[in-house]
Amino acid sequence: MQSAVNLWPLLGVVVVVAGFLLRANPVLVAVAACGVTGVAAAMPVMALLESLGTAFVKTRNLPLILLLPLAAIGLLERFGLREQAQSVIAKVRSATAGRLLIVYLFARESTAAMGLTSLGGHPTMVRPLVAPMAEAAAEAQHGSLPERVRHRIRAMSAATDNIGLFFGEDIFVAFGAIVLMHTILQAEGIEVNPLHIALWGIPTAITAFVIHAWNLRRLDAEIEREVSAAKGAA
Amino acid sequence: MTLTIEHFYILVGLLLASVAIMNLVDRSNPRRVTTALFWGLYALLYLAGERMAPAAVGALMIVMALLAGFGGVKAGAPRTLDPEQRRASVARLGNRIFIPALLLPLVTVIGATVLKDVQIGGLPMLDPAHLTLVSMGCGAVVALIGACWLTRATPLQGVREARRLVDAMSWAVVLPHILAVLGLLFSEAGVGKAVAHLTTTYIGLDSAFVAVAVYCIGMALFTIVMGNGFAAFPVMAGGVGIPVLIGVYGANPAVMAAIGMFSAYCGTLMTPMAANFNIVPAALLDLPDKNAVIRAQIPSALPILIANIFLLYFLMNL
Repeated sequence: MQSAVNLWPLLGVVVVVAGFLLRANPVLVAVAACGVTGVAAAMPVMALLESLGTAFVKTRNLPLILLLPLAAIGLLERFGLREQAQSVIAKVRSATAGRLLIVYLFARESTAAMGLTSLGGHPTMVRPLVAPMAEAAAEAQHGSLPERVRHRIRAMSAATDNIGLFFGEDIFVAFGAIVLMHTILQAEGIEVNPLHIALWGIPTAITAFVIHAWNLRRLDAEIEREVSAAKGAA
Repeated sequence: MTLTIEHFYILVGLLLASVAIMNLVDRSNPRRVTTALFWGLYALLYLAGERMAPAAVGALMIVMALLAGFGGVKAGAPRTLDPEQRRASVARLGNRIFIPALLLPLVTVIGATVLKDVQIGGLPMLDPAHLTLVSMGCGAVVALIGACWLTRATPLQGVREARRLVDAMSWAVVLPHILAVLGLLFSEAGVGKAVAHLTTTYIGLDSAFVAVAVYCIGMALFTIVMGNGFAAFPVMAGGVGIPVLIGVYGANPAVMAAIGMFSAYCGTLMTPMAANFNIVPAALLDLPDKNAVIRAQIPSALPILIANIFLLYFLMNL
């Protein structure tokens, strides 16, 4: 083993951890970490700026998924998309926030497993439809909700989208992660069928569904508790 | 002609430029000049980034971060319909309002599957290198047209609404972008190598279960630091997975890879570094606690990670 591994760049990681623990502004933390990492790796200032610039231009595709849908979604919200979603779900008597999110988890995970990852998402589905519907279901059941409960339901809606996406997409053979794993193993001289990587993801995918669905069932009980505590206090 | 991602960079650049101008002329924004400067710079980097000197782009990114970090990016007072008008609109449109909202994912999926191989004049219609994003861009445009047609609003009103949402998210919009830059810098500076060196040198891997646990937890921890499972996988697979799990304990490579990547995803659920999944939704959903989504995910992520260790241990030699 060569002893020439430079441990100094880990200072950048230290900056990130310290910054988040101190609750400093995350954008500042990220830029400070860039600076510290560059200095620790003994990069001259110009080379560091060039690296940052090249990386920034290369990763411009990342925010598109957030920014492109905003005009359409914002316009529909102006004309009552969220209100309509809420009134539709309020008519379903058996709906609770937890049950609704379990259905969404199932739909999100199974469509992602078929490669249809763009059927969900935070700007396109969670903000305009899923979160308002989950809130409305809880409201239809319990009456008006304390602000804390509303925030908790919204956070769980976003969490459900993420978990459904992550543990679904990775059992779709043509997904980038499978391609990446296949390429890396191949480079190390290990031949694997990508289909086998996808199939061996299924036990975890099922486990993730069961665990998160369980937590969503507990969400209903938690809402019940919080609402009656708030009523008792009032 | 091929519809490429560059076309959508221009579209997003124009959108951000509109956000900048609308903020500049909005007296209800307490920091209208710095806010306009911030979005204007971001617009410039979308419209002309690839033609600028990389060092200049890097310097502008730092200026943007300083503007955002020291409270220079604020929102104007949002103008929405009053509740009476909105109720009337809901009554008029009914369930038809869902049509444009569902057009967006529908067009995206059609673009990414049906139109994938369609060619015009020998060239692919949609950029194959960024198929999903380009399809999604088409979906967003079609949905906006549908929404304008349905509500009889102008596309300009759509831009105003986009500005309202961008304003509400503020700097959280650029955080995933800057963290991605940091991730690339980390790999360039050899942070991955250093972490792999530490885990393999200082942790005993002399029992199969410990090795599996180190591999899975290492994946998650490394992803928490880097914010991206794709960055963690090569490091942990190269440092522990291939030499120890496969080399010493004869693990099935497919199982090692699949469950390893899922362990990395457990880390993604627990880190503010994965801002586009964890911090941006908190901003989008108007949550006062920016870590609320992470808090909601930890009770699922930790048990899944533990389950992964046992699944890998019991399945890898089947």
